[in-house]
Amino acid sequence: MRIVVLLKYVPDITSDRRFADGRVVRDPAEGSLNELDENAVEAALQLVEAAGDGEVVAVTVAPATADIAVKKAYQMGVHRGVRVTDEALAGSDYFGTTAALAAAVRRLGEETPVDLVVTGMAALDGLGSVVPALLAEELGWPQLTLAKSVALADGTLTITREVDDAVETLAAPLPAVLSVTDSANSPRYPNFKLIMAARSKTVEEWTAADLGIEPSEVGLAGARTVTVEAAPRPPRPEVELVVDKGEGGLALADFLIRNDLV
Amino acid sequence: MTRPTVLVFLDSPERTVEEVRPSVLELITLGRSLGRVDVVTLGAPSVAVLATLGTYGVDGVHQAVLPTSLPEDVYRVTPVLASVLATAASRLDADVLLVPSTFAGKEAAAVAAARLGAGLVVDASSLEWSAEGGPLRIAKRVFAGTWDTVSTVASDPAVVTVRANAVAAEPAAVASSPEVYALPVEAAAPTVTVVSRQLKERAAGRPALEEAAVVVAGGRGTNGDFGPVNDLADALGAAVGATRDAVFEGWFDRYIGQTGVTVAPRVYIGAGISGAPHHRGGMQASQVVVAVNNDPESPIFEISDFAVVGDLADVLPQAAEAIRAHKQGS
Repeated sequence: MRIVVLLKYVPDITSDRRFADGRVVRDPAEGSLNELDENAVEAALQLVEAAGDGEVVAVTVAPATADIAVKKAYQMGVHRGVRVTDEALAGSDYFGTTAALAAAVRRLGEETPVDLVVTGMAALDGLGSVVPALLAEELGWPQLTLAKSVALADGTLTITREVDDAVETLAAPLPAVLSVTDSANSPRYPNFKLIMAARSKTVEEWTAADLGIEPSEVGLAGARTVTVEAAPRPPRPEVELVVDKGEGGLALADFLIRNDLV
Repeated sequence: MTRPTVLVFLDSPERTVEEVRPSVLELITLGRSLGRVDVVTLGAPSVAVLATLGTYGVDGVHQAVLPTSLPEDVYRVTPVLASVLATAASRLDADVLLVPSTFAGKEAAAVAAARLGAGLVVDASSLEWSAEGGPLRIAKRVFAGTWDTVSTVASDPAVVTVRANAVAAEPAAVASSPEVYALPVEAAAPTVTVVSRQLKERAAGRPALEEAAVVVAGGRGTNGDFGPVNDLADALGAAVGATRDAVFEGWFDRYIGQTGVTVAPRVYIGAGISGAPHHRGGMQASQVVVAVNNDPESPIFEISDFAVVGDLADVLPQAAEAIRAHKQGS
């Protein structure tokens, strides 16, 4: 069982941001592994453990600061980590990011076949939730997204999910792309042995050229959307605060009525 | 510039199209401000649906006809839905494709954009043409509602998923009589099998949480009693939601938050909710935020327009009664 788990390094929600060169630039010093990717790591480790043997390879597309995220995955038990880093990839849109991830998965597959790609349900900084579907399309693999539960038997992956208005059970043969929600499992805490082992593990660095990625098709050069403006929103006006002394409910109703909200 | 063509995905939970959801009416309203509006559907629209679409000024209805070789139950699987959207956009030479921002809608829009070579923006809050025939400006609220960005699309068409409540749905000044056209769609059988699919029951008389104009949500402070939350929601005709904690406690079934439902109603009322980042990420784009909490230090007060420090079991029923009295009087 060989599984690729995709990681994203996300900046702290409160970190400073500025708009420059057509994208929002964030202070890279404050960041961590996207919390929802821990569910992906956990799902991948459980599947390899159930299979009895195998390998989990973490892949991220990011500058070197993202090694913190890969190290976190090492502490959970991930075997190998790859970071795709290239100036040409900066400012990639969903399609550029997907192209880089797909190229990394293909490259790993040339070494030894990859059975499954696992991702989190979203990155908490962007919340787009579209990269797993795009990656499946790019690889030509079936997609099983937003799984609440995952079961593998005889080479068929079966998931249950609650999406929009429906509860669904979906199945597909491997290789496939799987995304898991935060209710799919409880990510394990790193143990001492793995924390120590993670210290000496390095992260492999691949460039766009290593993966045969055409620089004009990724990054800002290849982006099909251009951010032309970005600005922080003005602070909210001061809250109108009422302490309930027996008439708090009336005050609430009055607020809604006088603002024409009822 | 000729009048732009806007294609709206008329999403429906089942293959038959028996209603036009508020989120779709909003997209049609938005679409009319950009150009002529056609819709694409997965099934035959009912007479009532066609009448509604006429009221909203829709020009044409394109009903997907999938290959008979496809299993009946795969029509909503992302690669198939993407084929429907991409085929319709190509056939109409659409300038803009608008899709409701649901999980299924976002995935299908993304894959359709990939196939069309089109630019993609998800979770947009507004769209407008620049002056003098310039590009489409697509606004969205990002980073948990703290920043606004505007994007343009470098590669036509613009494929955009739009959040519910981004605009108020309004019928057209002049009604239309939309024609229904068959839209043959080529799609290979997907490798995913739909083993089962069950629609969730919507609470009777309540709007859908993701589309509601008013939302009342309960958190840990309810201590498991959603009675006062339901009472106020009934008085307001609001949808009911909860925090992730409350759902994990088994007190309610659907949660608002970064990994749950994202809401952006006209009014959000949070009761017994402290305002953890997870929950705020799912409601921060609400237009007016009201909070009731007995802890005066609750972080949710920082993003509220109006707040009551008090016990929700006292405050909510009193507010509900006053609102009912107001509605009867007016």
